[in-house]
Amino acid sequence: MHEHDVVVVGAGGAGMRAAIAANEEGADVALVSKLHPVRSHTGAAEGGINAALRDGDSWEDHAYDTMKGSDYLGDAPAVETLCQDSPKETIQLEHWGMAFSRDDDGRVSQRPFGGLSFPRTTYAGAETGHHLLHTMYEQVVKRGIRVYEEHYVMQLAVTDHEDPEARRCHGVVAYDIKTGRINGFVANDGVVIATGGPGQMYDHTTNAVANTGDGAAMAYRAGVPLQDMEFVQFHPTTLPSTGVLISEGVRGEGGILYNSEGERFMFERGYANNVGELASRDVVARAEQTEANEGRGFENDSVMLDMRHLGEERIIDRLENILHLAEDFEGVNALEEPMPVKPGQHYEMGGIETDENGETCIEGLYAVGECACVSVHGANRLGGNALPELIVFGARAGRHAATRQPETAQIQTGPSAKSEDGHVDTPVTPGEIDAGSEDVVADGGALLDAPAPEVVERTVARENARVEELMERDGVNHAEIRADLQQSMTRNVNVFRNEAGLKQALRDIRAAREGYRDVAVSDPSRTYNTDLLHTIETRNLIDLAEALTLSALAREEFRGAHWREEYQFRDDEQWLKHTQVAWNDGRPDLYYTPVILEGEGGEYEPKERSY
Amino acid sequence: MSTQLPESETETETESDEQAPSAPVQQQRRMERKRARAEEEEREAVEEETELDGETYTLKVFRYDPEVEGKKRPRFDEFVVPYHKGMTVLDALMYARDHYDSSLTFRHSCRQAICGSDAMFVNGRQRLCCKTQLSDLTDPVRVEPLPHQEVVKDLVVDMQHFYDQMDAVEPFFQTNDLPSGLEEQHQTRENREKVKMSTRCIWCGACMSSCNIAAGDNEYLGPAAINKAYRFAMDEREGEELKQHRLEILEQEHGVWRCQTQFSCTEVCPKDIPLTEHIQELKREAVKNNLKFW
Repeated sequence: MHEHDVVVVGAGGAGMRAAIAANEEGADVALVSKLHPVRSHTGAAEGGINAALRDGDSWEDHAYDTMKGSDYLGDAPAVETLCQDSPKETIQLEHWGMAFSRDDDGRVSQRPFGGLSFPRTTYAGAETGHHLLHTMYEQVVKRGIRVYEEHYVMQLAVTDHEDPEARRCHGVVAYDIKTGRINGFVANDGVVIATGGPGQMYDHTTNAVANTGDGAAMAYRAGVPLQDMEFVQFHPTTLPSTGVLISEGVRGEGGILYNSEGERFMFERGYANNVGELASRDVVARAEQTEANEGRGFENDSVMLDMRHLGEERIIDRLENILHLAEDFEGVNALEEPMPVKPGQHYEMGGIETDENGETCIEGLYAVGECACVSVHGANRLGGNALPELIVFGARAGRHAATRQPETAQIQTGPSAKSEDGHVDTPVTPGEIDAGSEDVVADGGALLDAPAPEVVERTVARENARVEELMERDGVNHAEIRADLQQSMTRNVNVFRNEAGLKQALRDIRAAREGYRDVAVSDPSRTYNTDLLHTIETRNLIDLAEALTLSALAREEFRGAHWREEYQFRDDEQWLKHTQVAWNDGRPDLYYTPVILEGEGGEYEPKERSY
Repeated sequence: MSTQLPESETETETESDEQAPSAPVQQQRRMERKRARAEEEEREAVEEETELDGETYTLKVFRYDPEVEGKKRPRFDEFVVPYHKGMTVLDALMYARDHYDSSLTFRHSCRQAICGSDAMFVNGRQRLCCKTQLSDLTDPVRVEPLPHQEVVKDLVVDMQHFYDQMDAVEPFFQTNDLPSGLEEQHQTRENREKVKMSTRCIWCGACMSSCNIAAGDNEYLGPAAINKAYRFAMDEREGEELKQHRLEILEQEHGVWRCQTQFSCTEVCPKDIPLTEHIQELKREAVKNNLKFW
């Protein structure tokens, strides 16, 4: 059993920023991560960090752009916090030595990005995330923060009060991948979940194979609602064969999109008459998909992204990484020919419901980064707003967990914030399947109100039982179940959605859940058992896919990234509210909470989004 | 057979040790039966798939597991995978794992050459599997763990030594001279350009594994760590005083002077970092700085 003040789960940008902040407050911090920190998916971010750093720009403008981009589903207190803190946090990275691209005067460079009214995206080539991740890890090493790398956190140790808001998180249970040992971690002050996105629920995604939404699924089953899961960002420019991301920086620098008829369709087909390729991501992704669906795509249903006219010098200076990606993963020399691109799953706007301090409705449990939903992205995230989210809310959560300072949050979390119950007709009964030893295989559950070490120990015992059961029995390989799930999500819960497809996805998810009852790990070894790891991950993907699809079926309007065939208008009357799905003993419980549009300088008035 | 076979099958912690207090005999028997079945199924699956139609590639994959009877002695397994255009070595490994043998173990994550976890020894050379096209290789494709590192299981090596060497060069930015508040440090475009390549390292370990010197001298800092030091020593934002400090670390006995300019690190680096040149440049700086030749 390990004991620390703050335990951070996940060591990407958000997790490391939280750990550093907690460490600065004097806390004894542990970073527990299934990968070595420098392997985290933050490293794959390309574009940049939005921060109002220059004369002529202001955090208010950044906030306005973000609220508009979110299709008015962002919460103003969170959005304003993001925009106010981002300059300070971005400069902090510079002070830590991050290798930002530079202007002639030696200051950090900024460039235009989709949906922004000012070129405020601070960047380091087309590999900003890589530099951010390594800079952050350097600070972790410098401070001697304890890293438990290749430790897979499988369960949270949470007390079992009836009301989720009365529960407390005392720590986590992790599987040491190298030895197979299952260890308890007691967290005296708090647990911060920073496990990233769940992109692996789709089969065409920019996300790493490790992005299986483990933290979000664990928090969900422990009683924290998942918020706004229906809003999934499909990035307009991913390589068709692999899903590898081509940065929005290409369009930011002036790259153009055209269809198989040679039309610059963003303008010529009227998708975004003012800014064309630089419209926000949901708009461009739908435009591309429409072109493909109407037969004006290239093979693989792609369109072409052309940056040749930018000139070799500018490309090498600002987008060099893109040349390598296009060549290695698509066989295209982007200096001489355009690249095929198509929309791919990229980012989950929704996630673990938190307030501006990163805290959830369970005491001592925090979440930050893509796994969380503090509600800065609403229905659609602007490019360049994910990295500031990591550093701003990572720092706040780390500080808050370490100090428990009663900074009052304006965003209320948990069931007591509920404004109304949701209802949705589903073709199957979603949620739990109660049979045989299912509870051991599936879940922690059944914890108790007891001193921290006891809660953690009990959880360790349950996880040991679960793993033994999975390893001993014979059955289905998780990979089959995962592949079916991924295909159904891509087919049915994609850029374009309709009721029949969403219901089909729910049936497929139910089938995955049933199939999972028979899942078994066939590798009998405790040493580095990735079969076991992937089997547990697959369960997490099923739970998250279900919450996502239910939320999407319930939201009968078209907002941001959530397009519905049957409902072609944004319906502010009915739907200016956050979707919440709570676990409720295995039966997903759907309800809504109000959106907060009231900011420091007044209310953000929902307007039609045009670009 | 590769050179990095473990010297002895030392007793690592087995699962029966860990579960000793609670593990009944019955469970151990079930596990043994399961292991036996697992091995049998694995062989069958591999043979079955040799009857595939269409274009295929054959992978010969290094296997070793200290805990499983049949894998304690290292061996190579063959997997025949159906080929499609654009398929990489990583795609093929994943196919083999998901369709034939779920115990096949290797690290991988981003599959876009940035996380650095899938460096392996493929057809006799250190490569990142995710950016290596099968079509660039001769069939059969031999996949082994990185040489000169201890094998944990199958294609997974212990990276601890690599991380230790990285830690030895104080791998973090230092300066005594920070501007206050929201003011940033200035850096010229030229200086950023100078350190740019060195900042691209993804810690995959290919360079270290390819280095003859590192193989013979366990204390040699090695190309990755020296490159990391270069990244800071050459960054004008750290200032002269710290540069001196960094050079002192680098010119120690097992530092830059161990490099014999064989260029193998530069050759295998998947991010095209001119590692050998960086090491030479630091040697020149050290000479300018007066110092000792070991």
